[in-house]
Amino acid sequence: MDLCQIHVDRCKGCELCVEFCPKHALEMSEGRNAAGYHPAVLAHPDLCNGCALCAEMCPETGIEIYRRQKRARQDATDQG
Amino acid sequence: MTTAMNQQDGTNRTPDTEQLVDLKCVFERPQALSDKPFHYCPGCSHGTYHRLIAEMIDEFGLLDRTVGICPVGCAVFAYEYFEVDMIEASHGRAPAVATGVKRSLPDRFVFTYQGDGDLASIGMGEIIHAAARGERITVFFVNNGIFGMTGGQMAPTSLLGQKTTTSVDGRDPRTTGHPIKVCELLSSLEGVAYLARVPLTSPKNINTCRKYMRKAIRAQTEDVGLGLVEVLSPCPVQWGMKPGDALHYIDETVVKAFPPGEFVDKLESPIKT
Amino acid sequence: MPAKMQLTKGNEALAMGAIAGGCDCFFGYPITPQNEVPEVLSYEMPKRGRVFVQAESEVASINMVYGAAAAGKRAMTSSSSPGVSLMMEGLSYIACAELPCLIVNVMRGGPGLGSITPSQGDYFQACKGGGHGDYHSIVLAPWNVQEMYEFPALAFELADRYRCPAMILADGVLGAMMEPAIIADNAPPPTVPEKTWATNGRNGRAHKNVVNSLVIDPYGLRDHNLKLQAKYKKMQCETRWDTRDVDDAEILVVAYGISARLALSGCKLARKEGVKAGLLRPITLYPFPTEPIAECAANKKRVLVVELSAGQMVEDVRLAINGRVPVDFYGEMGGVIPSPVEICRKIVEAAQ
Repeated sequence: MDLCQIHVDRCKGCELCVEFCPKHALEMSEGRNAAGYHPAVLAHPDLCNGCALCAEMCPETGIEIYRRQKRARQDATDQG
Repeated sequence: MTTAMNQQDGTNRTPDTEQLVDLKCVFERPQALSDKPFHYCPGCSHGTYHRLIAEMIDEFGLLDRTVGICPVGCAVFAYEYFEVDMIEASHGRAPAVATGVKRSLPDRFVFTYQGDGDLASIGMGEIIHAAARGERITVFFVNNGIFGMTGGQMAPTSLLGQKTTTSVDGRDPRTTGHPIKVCELLSSLEGVAYLARVPLTSPKNINTCRKYMRKAIRAQTEDVGLGLVEVLSPCPVQWGMKPGDALHYIDETVVKAFPPGEFVDKLESPIKT
Repeated sequence: MPAKMQLTKGNEALAMGAIAGGCDCFFGYPITPQNEVPEVLSYEMPKRGRVFVQAESEVASINMVYGAAAAGKRAMTSSSSPGVSLMMEGLSYIACAELPCLIVNVMRGGPGLGSITPSQGDYFQACKGGGHGDYHSIVLAPWNVQEMYEFPALAFELADRYRCPAMILADGVLGAMMEPAIIADNAPPPTVPEKTWATNGRNGRAHKNVVNSLVIDPYGLRDHNLKLQAKYKKMQCETRWDTRDVDDAEILVVAYGISARLALSGCKLARKEGVKAGLLRPITLYPFPTEPIAECAANKKRVLVVELSAGQMVEDVRLAINGRVPVDFYGEMGGVIPSPVEICRKIVEAAQ
């Protein structure tokens, strides 16, 4: 799963996430979302390090960020 | 999705270690923010400020005892975006409504959310007197220098020379006066416990905004006085700029008229978090 | 402590009546001729642990009432004509948001800054809405100091019952006059209905509450208006009125508030001059006693309406009677108060 999860239908195409991504992992899509905007997409997941600057700048709270962490021993198995 | 996820496909498993790796959600919608998509224009910072308020409500554990007052202006539907009790006030009167709520229910957390037309134009009387009385309320003030909702008319905070639909040749101080600096204006009032201004233009500034908001909230919860955080916000549509350019414009131009920083801080102890 | 008869000023009686009626919060701005109301409450409220705030304006006052009423409290303000005009926007919001509260108008001469002398020139404003949009407040018209004391409790009760603003429409005479009234020193607290809709913090509630007067969808706003109109229809059963000597009367005098007291004296004088006159006094101006007036006027020779205005309530009396009996009007404006002798003369003229 990608570290950066963009809720495509919340996106209004303002491009702030693309502008502030230090790794240039995001791009604007050619396609349109349900509201008619060209949404941002994680074009290069391999570049993303989950820094969350895109999510911080997104006015729509439309991006969730995940980070890797060591699995806690037992309790993680009953989640998700 | 609110809990840590188990890795399913292995793509995020670090190859050079045998250890299993989980994905933990480190940035998600705050609980106090509703699921409803914002009605704001692309690139508008109202959504960002809403999120920060919701984060603060979560952080301070105030979801169950918050009453929010929303304004007339672009944020007129703000009551739809927070999972707390909300009151829609008439134009500019949110500080008076908040006074009514807070005096009735002193143990609740009461905030107003107001734009520059609402607070600095029609509601100037209410904010000044709420501040002078030292009402224990927290004011989240959005200054974008223009009337956004009604179509881009001049605001009391519009910059000199700024072109708007009611100042098409640029704001002329001889006929329309000068921008009103709310933080500077309120800073002379003894009832104010905390005042700060910050542009919402970068992750760093957003984090500074969080710091200021914590203090403005503590001004109320620690019974010191009125707290207010003014954010310098873009209005890309009415300014006629791309969202990114609008943020640069704030950092290069707007901050010269509205210098960021803390103006009043009467909180004694360091931040308790 | 038992209730006792004491010589009391109208405005002070109203203030003590507000306390007896369970007023939790008072917000107001000074204006003559009602200043004793905030003056008394400024020390009587805090010593009972209740809220008194002197607001910066009437605009702020009514919006503080809006906030406190939204929080589920019994909230009120008091003012006089020009100040009440300033509250009309807020009152319209309160009516749309269905918040119970009390607004007191101790009327003075108008229009404009007018005078500080008594008047009844705000009937239209009080009864026909006053602010923008289709709404009504319940309007109570006291005629003596006793009712100045009793009506705040009644107003709060009706406001809570119908979730609407209630107004006490008094005047400068009633506010300033002193007369004996039974005032309870320690009235038991009234029973206040539970307000599950209040925006007082969720406190474990599964859903959030919103107090709002914005309905952007036209059909939604129409439906909300229909709901309000149904409520106004339902509250017609709260109509209150009083009659004196009407059964054998040939002339029916209709008047409210201080005019009704003058008119009652006028009716008594007229009887001494051989003209049988009786008084019908609307106690609620909204809902208006339309049918009682029509019934009472049916067998009368003429109807005389007396007001301290250019003729405002007379329009509703004419609508009630609908041309079946001739309706005359006698009014004074600007703070001029007609004497019972003058009213008697108008009654006698009408009888000829």
